[in-house]
Amino acid sequence: MAYVAIADRDVHPHDPTTFITKYIWSQDHKVIAIQYSLTAIAVGLVALVLSGMMRLQLGFPDTFALITPNNYLQFITMHGMIMVIYLLTALFLGGFGNYLIPLMLGSRDMVFPYLNMLSYWVYLLAVIVLMASFFVPGGPTGAGWTLYPPQAILPGTAGASWGILLMLASLGIFIVAFTMGGLNYVTTVLQARCRGMTFMRMPLSVWGIFMATILGLLAFPALLVSAIMMTLDSLLGTSFFMPAIVSMGEPVDQKGGSPVLFQHLFWFFGHPEVYIVALPAFGIVSDLLSCHARKNIFGYRMMVWAILAIGALSFVVWAHHMYVSGMNPYFGFFFATTTLIIAVPTAIKVYNWVLTLWHGDIHLRVPMLFAIGFIFTFIHGGLTGLFLGNVTVDLPLSDTYFVVAHFHMVMGVSPILVVFGAIYHWYPKITGKMYNETLGKWHFWLTFLGTYSIYLPMHYLGILGVPRRYFALGDTAFIPDSVGSINESITISALIVAVVQLIFLFNMVWSLIKGKEAGPNPWGATTLEWQTPDTPPKHGNWGHRLPEVYRWAYDYSVPGATADFIPQNEPVDPALGAGRDHGHVT
Amino acid sequence: MSVSGLFILLIAGVAGWWFFARQLTAKPWDKAQRETDDRYAGGVSLTLVPERIGLWVLLAVVTSFFGLFISAYSMRMMLADWAPLSDPNLLWLNTLLLFLSSGAFQWTRSAAERGDAARTRLGLVVAGLFAFAFLAGQFQAWDELNASGQYLGSDAAIAFFYLLTGLHALHVLGGLVVWGKTTVRMWIAGSEPGDVRLSVQLCTVYWHFLLVVWLVLFALLLTT
Repeated sequence: MAYVAIADRDVHPHDPTTFITKYIWSQDHKVIAIQYSLTAIAVGLVALVLSGMMRLQLGFPDTFALITPNNYLQFITMHGMIMVIYLLTALFLGGFGNYLIPLMLGSRDMVFPYLNMLSYWVYLLAVIVLMASFFVPGGPTGAGWTLYPPQAILPGTAGASWGILLMLASLGIFIVAFTMGGLNYVTTVLQARCRGMTFMRMPLSVWGIFMATILGLLAFPALLVSAIMMTLDSLLGTSFFMPAIVSMGEPVDQKGGSPVLFQHLFWFFGHPEVYIVALPAFGIVSDLLSCHARKNIFGYRMMVWAILAIGALSFVVWAHHMYVSGMNPYFGFFFATTTLIIAVPTAIKVYNWVLTLWHGDIHLRVPMLFAIGFIFTFIHGGLTGLFLGNVTVDLPLSDTYFVVAHFHMVMGVSPILVVFGAIYHWYPKITGKMYNETLGKWHFWLTFLGTYSIYLPMHYLGILGVPRRYFALGDTAFIPDSVGSINESITISALIVAVVQLIFLFNMVWSLIKGKEAGPNPWGATTLEWQTPDTPPKHGNWGHRLPEVYRWAYDYSVPGATADFIPQNEPVDPALGAGRDHGHVT
Repeated sequence: MSVSGLFILLIAGVAGWWFFARQLTAKPWDKAQRETDDRYAGGVSLTLVPERIGLWVLLAVVTSFFGLFISAYSMRMMLADWAPLSDPNLLWLNTLLLFLSSGAFQWTRSAAERGDAARTRLGLVVAGLFAFAFLAGQFQAWDELNASGQYLGSDAAIAFFYLLTGLHALHVLGGLVVWGKTTVRMWIAGSEPGDVRLSVQLCTVYWHFLLVVWLVLFALLLTT
């Protein structure tokens, strides 16, 4: 009795009646997911424009008078912070987490719907506070997305008075929003799975999102702690992070604080953050590959264990971001070792993806193209990570474009390709309409090849020693003239890739109006979200009866079966399903 | 920081063992496993109430939050300019008050579980009063420090004192919001003990947790 009572305890707890409760002030996880996603994509477009401005300056220095050195640093800062936190984290967990967890696990909604709704509105507040910093005196902070003190709060840096405070406040608000959402995701996974959905029958998307949420819940407090302490340093003159220093010819009042302490706290959050973004991408891409290759995922258990291992290890590698901050060489040795160890479970995942494709019945639809594209960019970014994980290699490369190329490949391009793949994959379920395949393919090829033409040359620039974060390179002996031409070509590619995203936006909007009806399960997928009675799913998801699960999520091309997929809720023996004693717990 | 790293690994380990150990080795594609799962799958979701799991997850987050502050404290403490602070003696009394508040909650919980309405009502008020007295005491301690010229900006040890005690007090205040709703339901809305039992149980766990956090913080502040 207990089991069914838990999963089904809120049949229609908050049936929406008016337009506002249905679409705005909604407690339905699907509406909240769409709100999260649209907000994240909107703010991501702002960050995209900022990166275009940066590229214009780098490709054509001395051409755009309206971009000052301070502006350039502000664009860097806001671009990085928005992309990492307000776009990727919010989209993967707030967006896909919200949409997929209840549907994939066969529950009616998140376990705390009201808190879930609040989570979105608090997130929106965080975005508004962040955007407000564009309009305050001094503009947004130009401290770099890592916000290192002391420079972040000293008058020489742009936005040191208002911008940085709004940034810290916005981060604090975001963390509150994330915690509300995260409590929901974790509790829902633990508590609201439908009958038969054991942990090891959960699709890997849910595993990835679940583990990423746990990482977020434990790691975001580190960012909150450092944000609180930096706010006090800036506003009330405490010296947690502020050393005795002469700023603009004047000694500051503070003394004795430690900037390195901030770096420890920041990266204790910052490194797990990489995996907060990567693990949902890993999970989702596993499901896309398996579904569109019509083949079960290779090594399901190993994939789950790898997700858990990566999650645990991600907490002991943070200082590899600080090799150049001055640390005990034995510390560096320790962190280089853990960094290389975390490559093992990651490599297991990559092998398993490739082996899933091996002898698969591959359908090169748009989601599959993006998923395979992800394997390329992720291997690429992962391999340069092995270079940078070693202290001796990192020291000369750390402040160059090599690092920019590395992290954009591994946690910029790769997760974004998965985001696109996932949007195309679930678009028919979310809207009930099919997107335009041709436009989707154009979008993929231009984005995929375009990002390579942006980031591949950057590795070369980095090995030449071209420093990152510089507004203009000027005349330097070790930088050959060809660097200028490479920068021009990178800028042109970046602008093309940016404009190409309009194809995606157009496709999404146009298909919503004119797209063909997609039907309930256009891909022939096994997971529960494709088995809903309505498409798009209605409030409560499952009509009168919750689904029951009888098999794992990867029964594709089962020998002897009539179709090349068997949904999770199809009984092995039909008689068993019909004759079940409902509500009985052994 | 290594303290926090170890702590988080510990949490991860315990959670991993607690929730998954038996299931992580299952082979879901295997026929025998499938039959077992179908027969016993009714038992896979935990039988705890979601609110209780939600609270424990929240406590893990708060532990991480204070744990990181303690890490930061212990790192800042190593630096040259650290001057230990002489803590106000009032803190001993405040600690006693928080103990009493926690004890009163424990007493209320057993009353609510027995269905004893009168004692539930009484216990709630007593627990709340002790908690408010604790907050007033903390406020008085800040006042004393301020009066002796030790402001937030004057020294790192003092800044940490205000920060840690202040954040702890904020968490107590947050608990008092839930306490307030429960007390109103019991006294004004006329609920039965059975209706508020879950709230009282959750409050009790939260109060014990905050007491432990306080004892750790207090020990840290006293000894350094």
